[in-house]
Amino acid sequence: MIENNKLEQRLKEGAFAVTAECGPPKGADPEAVMKKAEMLKGKVDAVNVTDNQTAIVRLSSLAACSLLKSAGLDPVLQVVVRDRNRIALQSDILGAAALGIRNVLCLSGDHQGFGNQPEAAGVFDLDSIQFIQVVKTMRDEGTILGGEPLSKSPDLFIGAAANPFADPLSFRVVRLAKKIRAGADFIQTQCIYNLDRFEKWMEMARDRGLTEKVFILGGVTPLKSVGMAKYMRNKVAGMDIPDAVIDRMEKVPKEKQREEGINICVETIQRLKEIEGVHGVHVMAIEWEEAVGEIVEKAGLLPRPRS
Amino acid sequence: MITAEQKPIEEIREMIAPYKRILVAGCGSCVAECAAGGEKETGMLASTLRMAAKMDGKDVVIQEKTLDRQCVNEFVIQLDESIDQYDAVLSLGCGAGVQAVAEMYPEIPIIPALDTEFLGETMSQGLWIENCLGCGDCMLHYFGGVCPLARCSKQLLNGPCGGSMDGICEVNPEVPCAWQTIIERLENFKALERLEEVYPPKDWSKKQGRGPRKIIREDQQR
Ligand code: SF4
Ligand code: SF4
Repeated sequence: MIENNKLEQRLKEGAFAVTAECGPPKGADPEAVMKKAEMLKGKVDAVNVTDNQTAIVRLSSLAACSLLKSAGLDPVLQVVVRDRNRIALQSDILGAAALGIRNVLCLSGDHQGFGNQPEAAGVFDLDSIQFIQVVKTMRDEGTILGGEPLSKSPDLFIGAAANPFADPLSFRVVRLAKKIRAGADFIQTQCIYNLDRFEKWMEMARDRGLTEKVFILGGVTPLKSVGMAKYMRNKVAGMDIPDAVIDRMEKVPKEKQREEGINICVETIQRLKEIEGVHGVHVMAIEWEEAVGEIVEKAGLLPRPRS
Repeated sequence: MITAEQKPIEEIREMIAPYKRILVAGCGSCVAECAAGGEKETGMLASTLRMAAKMDGKDVVIQEKTLDRQCVNEFVIQLDESIDQYDAVLSLGCGAGVQAVAEMYPEIPIIPALDTEFLGETMSQGLWIENCLGCGDCMLHYFGGVCPLARCSKQLLNGPCGGSMDGICEVNPEVPCAWQTIIERLENFKALERLEEVYPPKDWSKKQGRGPRKIIREDQQR
């Protein structure tokens, strides 16, 4: 049986793709994953599963991806290099492919000091770019690091993250180029609130011809409250939330802030749709997966085509 | 050099509690430079311990001696003349010094008074920073003289990560982003294009050999 990959197919057809994020539970709780699967089904083309995000122990992303797959969704396996050395990373890639998972997002991961296991040893044996290259070599050459052949190569659509808002700006596009060279097929960006800076980054990417070589999905996160906006701006590394966005959230009464957060998110998606070289949107509604359907609908992205 | 810090005095007192005749052994090299285990610190620790024992009415003999280098046998052997008087050694050497003394006198318990920290540099008076992991395969020429293994919180060889903002590391606001510095250095050398290449995975077998690493120099052996 040939497993189809909705995300890859959609992007290659030239459609504006939609992905969302699903955070696994802090427990051995498959129902929690299935509940989120139900919320997202039919609303998106693929669902990313976070890998012990913010270094907090959760149900494994590989297991959750397998559950999503059984519920008929196209999962994107997020894998961080923080917790696994090259042996474990390559092994998990083979395992994922064997389970029919078709997308992988290769990440560094938040530092272990941030989470609930601050005494853990950070592994960082490979960095995210080396990891992308390893997965590409496994897929395209059928070999692992060091050149030994695989009995079967993993057929994977390879993703990477990009943060257009981190410093130094001139280097952000070099890094994007490097990820593409390493083997990234698609990119999901950090949450976009500062559209001007994002457009500048996209322009630089276009100038280097990078948008021809990779599918870029702009990341968005609906704000639940002005408190969340301020927290993200002040505490989350690499986050750029302009004052205008904070002001806008501040101006509406508390009970209307969620609605305003969704509005901002929808407007962002509408602008993203207009930017040349943006191939889709990645909706990261943190512990608020029920908002995804509404956002996608208001942004005029429903119904999602079936494949 | 190797840097270290003295353990809390309560912890030291607890470790030496079973012993009656204790030699406090300092080291005049790295740990003297970082003001943790040199002659001065050794004298101060010994007198603090003597005073504390006296206050508790304990009958304990505590004497001190500082070796030039506690990690080199030629110097450790200077303890020969007096070692028999003691039933324990409290060492202010780094981990290597402590083990060299233990190796030479395996019948006497040896207690570490320091926590050995890292290979580092004295930045300014009273400030030491880690800048080398001793990886066994130095790459500093490639990274503008900044070690990404020791100085980037995520040990990225293809950095910077997405959290580098205003030259500060996302993991610790007190630490400059090593990659920001690498980029600035390479800009100075007009070698930025180097960073377009993917730097390959590190060969960690040069750091984590099979068991402790060894250097053998036949030309130095007699
Ligand atoms: S590259 Fe290796 S040897 Fe050189 S400074 Fe870094 S850790 Fe030390
Ligand atoms: S901010 Fe800089 S030093 Fe800190 S982890 Fe990222 S690249 Fe490394």
